[in-house]
Amino acid sequence: MSLLEITDLRVGFRTEDGLVQAVRDISLTLDEGEILALCGESGCGKSVTAMSVPRLLPPDTTELSGSIKLDGRELTTLPESELRRVRGKTVSVVFQEPMTSLNPSFTVGYQIAEVLRRHEGLSRQGAAKRAEELLELVGIPAPGRRMKEYPHQLSGGMRQRVMIAIAVACSPRVLIADEPTTALDVTIQAGVLDVFRDLRDRLGTAIILITHDLGVVADIADRAVVMYAGRAVEQAPVAQLFAEPRHPYTLGLMKALPSAAVNGRLAEIPGMVPSPMSDPDECAFHDRCPRAQDDCRLSRPPLERQADRHLAACFHPGGGK
Amino acid sequence: MILRIDNLVKHYGPVRAVDGLSLEIGQGEVLGLVGESGSGKSTVGKCVLRLTEPTSGSIELNGTDITHLSRRAMRPLRRDVHMVFQDPFSSLNPRFSIEQIVGEPLLRHKVCDRRETAGRVAAMLEKVGLRQEMRKRYPHELSGGQRQRVGLARALILEPKLVVADEPVSALDVSVQASVLNLITDLQRDMGFSCLFITHDLSVVEFLADRIAVMYLGRIVESGPTAEIFAQPRHPYTQALLSAAPVADPVRQRERRRIVLGGDVPSPVDPPAGCRFHTRCPLAYDECRSTEPALTDPRGAGHPAACHLVTADRVPDAAAPL
Repeated sequence: MSLLEITDLRVGFRTEDGLVQAVRDISLTLDEGEILALCGESGCGKSVTAMSVPRLLPPDTTELSGSIKLDGRELTTLPESELRRVRGKTVSVVFQEPMTSLNPSFTVGYQIAEVLRRHEGLSRQGAAKRAEELLELVGIPAPGRRMKEYPHQLSGGMRQRVMIAIAVACSPRVLIADEPTTALDVTIQAGVLDVFRDLRDRLGTAIILITHDLGVVADIADRAVVMYAGRAVEQAPVAQLFAEPRHPYTLGLMKALPSAAVNGRLAEIPGMVPSPMSDPDECAFHDRCPRAQDDCRLSRPPLERQADRHLAACFHPGGGK
Repeated sequence: MILRIDNLVKHYGPVRAVDGLSLEIGQGEVLGLVGESGSGKSTVGKCVLRLTEPTSGSIELNGTDITHLSRRAMRPLRRDVHMVFQDPFSSLNPRFSIEQIVGEPLLRHKVCDRRETAGRVAAMLEKVGLRQEMRKRYPHELSGGQRQRVGLARALILEPKLVVADEPVSALDVSVQASVLNLITDLQRDMGFSCLFITHDLSVVEFLADRIAVMYLGRIVESGPTAEIFAQPRHPYTQALLSAAPVADPVRQRERRRIVLGGDVPSPVDPPAGCRFHTRCPLAYDECRSTEPALTDPRGAGHPAACHLVTADRVPDAAAPL
């Protein structure tokens, strides 16, 4: 049994214009100590999928169905009071923008210690001591001094490390990282990715990494799910995915990267993402797809096994690059 | 030379955003100005457009010194240089239709009457790949990629000699970015403008630029032909920057030698003495802490670097500190 099992997850948001279906029938698993990347372009549903686990979605407007099991325990039906215990303790989240997620009026040390006192019931001194250890764990130099500083005194990379320290304070089973390095410079990004790798290696934390950056996926993920228009179109161990992408969208993303230019030109993906309001019974990618044929317009291809642990939702999957 | 910047300094109060920078851009040349946040790269762009007053140094546009020109004297020269911004939403007036936005520079510079303007706008929209029915639309009705095309159309309608593009594709998704980058390449080839392309993304400049200049804390640390810089980076910072950008290939990425820089970028309020990079450089030695290295080219090939360790017979390797 996997640590986390998401089955047939559908998430929609009620708006004035109707239901926006952000996630459509996602099923995925996450093993202990695994780094799973959810990738895709803006609006593909990667963040909503991950945020459904701790249910960090607006309760008034969200329509959620399907099952999310953590250690065999169903989360979708948990009452808010019990969910609160899950959040932070079992599942925690690191967001993209570390400045807006830290409270500017408290010291870094206080903000980490607060989590430990609330969730772990540690004493003031005990929490302070553990907070300092956590800062050291995420690679912050002179942690004793940094404890007393306020968020504005830290650089972006240091703030993100503090956010990670807060997120792992209660040794969560699952860490969700939503574009954690997107706002950081590339020389800083490398160090922060190392922190995630280190947490996995030392604490066995399972990580869901939400990213649009295929370079980050290639660097750190064990397995990846490529999403398009709310659905998973391909899922595979990372080496396999990059060596033999089966879905034309995955291949399109890889070929569109500036580093993949051929004779001074980049491969474009024509057209635009379909509206999240519609849900026709066809392949959502067909009108942008170079391989599309009549059957793609008649029904939706299911996510099917292509090779060992390699799934793709395509009637005409490629055999590689 | 279309653009010649000599010893440009721009301080915002105590912040030394740009601190002695020289560069040149030739006719039809695309120069990629690369750096991380706080390096001062955007400030260079703003100075070239005179959106901000340089503290000292000089900027020559097509042979005319524009450093201290009055607004009035600057006005006719504004035809020759235009800017494309990162966020096409906040840089387009939401109350103007696409036709008005793209045609505005023509009317402002009194290039032609309204009837001719309409024709030129239609032609320009076609050039940037926007359908004619877009003319009557407003920015909020467009996708990010379409808005960036409008930004390009507006910047290019006066056929400027120089385009300053500040992170024009950074906010776009990969698939949209690809089409906008192809478009910029095509337009540049057809229209022959020179371009100062400011970005943090090395893969984008590798694709687009003829030459690259790398900035760190307000100065250029290395510049040269694109292929040269990527094949044989000389400055330890450039080497670190190239090694830190992950490549989308797990096998190669996991085998690469990485140079992990210690610490953070120092504050531009109080840059380190000596070489500005010495606090993070794995190769720094005594001289680096006391003497600021000049941007020199002892090895030739139009590829200068500001590092004491670059000599006629030696290039440092930041991945192999002693």
